[in-house]
Amino acid sequence: MTVAQTPAQSQPAPEQSASPLVEMRNVNIAFGGIHAVRDVSIELRSGELIGLVGHNGAGKTTLMRALSGAHPADTGEILINGQPAMIRNPRDAKKYAIETIYQTLALAENIDAPGNMFLGRELTSRIGSLDDGSMEAETRKIMHRLNPNFSSFRQAVRNLSGGQRQAIAIARAIYFNAKILVMDEPTAALGPTETAQVHSLIRQLKAEGIGIFLVSHDIHDVFDLSDRICIMYHGRVVATVKPSEVTSDEVLGMIILGKRPGEVTQEELAELRA
Amino acid sequence: MTNAAEAAPTTGQGHGSTRRSIRGLFGQTEIDLRLFGMLVALAIILITFHIISGGKLIQPANMLTMAVQACGIAILATGMVLIIVSRNIDLSVGSLVGLISMSYAILMTDWFPHILGIGVDVPFQWLLALGLGIGIGVAVGALQGFIIAYIGVPSFIVTLGGLLSIRGVIWYQSQGAAVTGLDPTFQLIGGGALGSVGELFTWAIAIVGCLAIIGLLYNSRRQRIRYGFPTRPRWAEVLLAAIGSIALLGIAWFANNNFWPKGLAAQYAANHDITPPPGGLLIPTGFPYPVIMLIGVTIVMSWLATRRRFGRYVYAYGGNPDAAELAGINTRWTLMKTFMLMGVLSAFAAAIAAARLNGSTLDIGTSYELYVIAAAVVGGTSFAGGIGTIPGAVIGAFVMQSLSYGLCYIGVNSPGQNVVAGVVLILAVGFDTWNRRRGGGKT
Repeated sequence: MTVAQTPAQSQPAPEQSASPLVEMRNVNIAFGGIHAVRDVSIELRSGELIGLVGHNGAGKTTLMRALSGAHPADTGEILINGQPAMIRNPRDAKKYAIETIYQTLALAENIDAPGNMFLGRELTSRIGSLDDGSMEAETRKIMHRLNPNFSSFRQAVRNLSGGQRQAIAIARAIYFNAKILVMDEPTAALGPTETAQVHSLIRQLKAEGIGIFLVSHDIHDVFDLSDRICIMYHGRVVATVKPSEVTSDEVLGMIILGKRPGEVTQEELAELRA
Repeated sequence: MTNAAEAAPTTGQGHGSTRRSIRGLFGQTEIDLRLFGMLVALAIILITFHIISGGKLIQPANMLTMAVQACGIAILATGMVLIIVSRNIDLSVGSLVGLISMSYAILMTDWFPHILGIGVDVPFQWLLALGLGIGIGVAVGALQGFIIAYIGVPSFIVTLGGLLSIRGVIWYQSQGAAVTGLDPTFQLIGGGALGSVGELFTWAIAIVGCLAIIGLLYNSRRQRIRYGFPTRPRWAEVLLAAIGSIALLGIAWFANNNFWPKGLAAQYAANHDITPPPGGLLIPTGFPYPVIMLIGVTIVMSWLATRRRFGRYVYAYGGNPDAAELAGINTRWTLMKTFMLMGVLSAFAAAIAAARLNGSTLDIGTSYELYVIAAAVVGGTSFAGGIGTIPGAVIGAFVMQSLSYGLCYIGVNSPGQNVVAGVVLILAVGFDTWNRRRGGGKT
């Protein structure tokens, strides 16, 4: 079998070591005058899922783009398994077995599902030509697991439904043996059944020891899936909490006001309720 | 092939069904409808002019001349497809063709004999000239491509600058003079009676082509069966192989019905002590060399576009630049390579132009860029990016050339030809846009 072997696959399974899987330290990202991420530090352990919440423009996606290499951090450090990592572009991130499902899906609309699955990591024959047969066969295999109804393997992705496109984006992230998975609104385009499928997939991936960052607007999903919830407000981390320690109202309060439960005044609470 | 039918689930589907519409049968052959439509359009154009001209247009001599005239534009159009697909444009091709063409002329008339001491008798100097021409093309393409891809200046601006400045460089190259007198072997690249491969090679090429068609069809069927993918019904495979082979052999037969001019044949007979038969000696020309060059370029470019990572990345970038970048593709290098490739193709087109003229003038290649863009666009390339095929662009070049050749043949002057070419360009793209929209964005 000519399945792509990423460097990460040959490494032994991560034992519970002292150093976290991912550690982002004092990360700052600015666009012109806008400080999108301010001095954020965050840790992710293997098998852990951190839910990133916050309203639009809180810096969740920007922070994750730094980890994916889509937009490198201005200052700050990223450590993978305790080792400093240089992530300057998406290629670097993939070398560290970081895979990303972007909110926009990042699919080439004019190319078919196998072409998108293997974009940038094509399977080739001995003389370096594209091996479309193997790529289609591998895509059929993984799609059968993710979405058994998927049958449009030869059509340009633009002709597919939102759910099918989402399935391709998810398949692409998990096929290459990710150790660290960044999911930006992975169920935004999906119906209830498909969302449930993705949730069970996420649990399965966690059980395999993959560390996951989940960016989501859906507070219930986040409570359901997260080991810890990280609330961001105007580029800063308000708090990182365990779902068992807070109520969803308290998390909502932190999202909207940017303050921990103890810091919120009665007046502000009354305003919220109104 | 016996277990092929068993493994192919779709094979028997059409038989019991009452909905065996022509469209359905057509779909089973998986022929590219757009490409097929363009071939039909080409045939209609030629037949129309054939009738208007009183049944004189479609004969081997005319068709081969037309093909040779289309070759330069068609070769360049294969590269322009990739540039337009990746959301750029190259306006400098005409000037680059002129620069390389003048370089060939100066190399062979001045540098080779006077500086390098290579006389007329030295063989393979045509190859040396061609190699240097390709080098110039790649260098210019790399420079423009670098400015576009790495510095981020829009390709329209960079290549517009190229169009102007390179044309100026040509003047300095030759001090404003036309340069003539190329190596006799190099002149064969331009076609004509001597610049053709002859009867035997023409048949050989056609037969190799037939075998290649059958081999490709068989190989693709075997691949699909190996992975358990649906296959075409067997009648469709046989039909495709038959149509392809008959078309190839027919074209070869047609080309072999073009003969050397009487004077040239008589001279040949005299030189070789042959007594000419009563009607004069008939020597078939077969395919001209530029046509062979075009066939080679089309095959290699199609292979690059569809079978190699480079081509996949070009199309991915055209479809969604962000997706290509996020997938970890080195998009800048990919874009730069498309312009370098255009440089290589410019060297081929320049060789044909210079060889046909037996030299070079200051204005060779002028407004080529516009005909090349027109050919690519008529051939189905979209400025929105991500859409376009190499064979489509080649047929597009032939459609445009057949129009101007046909008009010229029935006595319409050059301004009239331009009017028609412009109107047809707009109509073709308008029809294509309407057709795509009606099809709900399906390709």
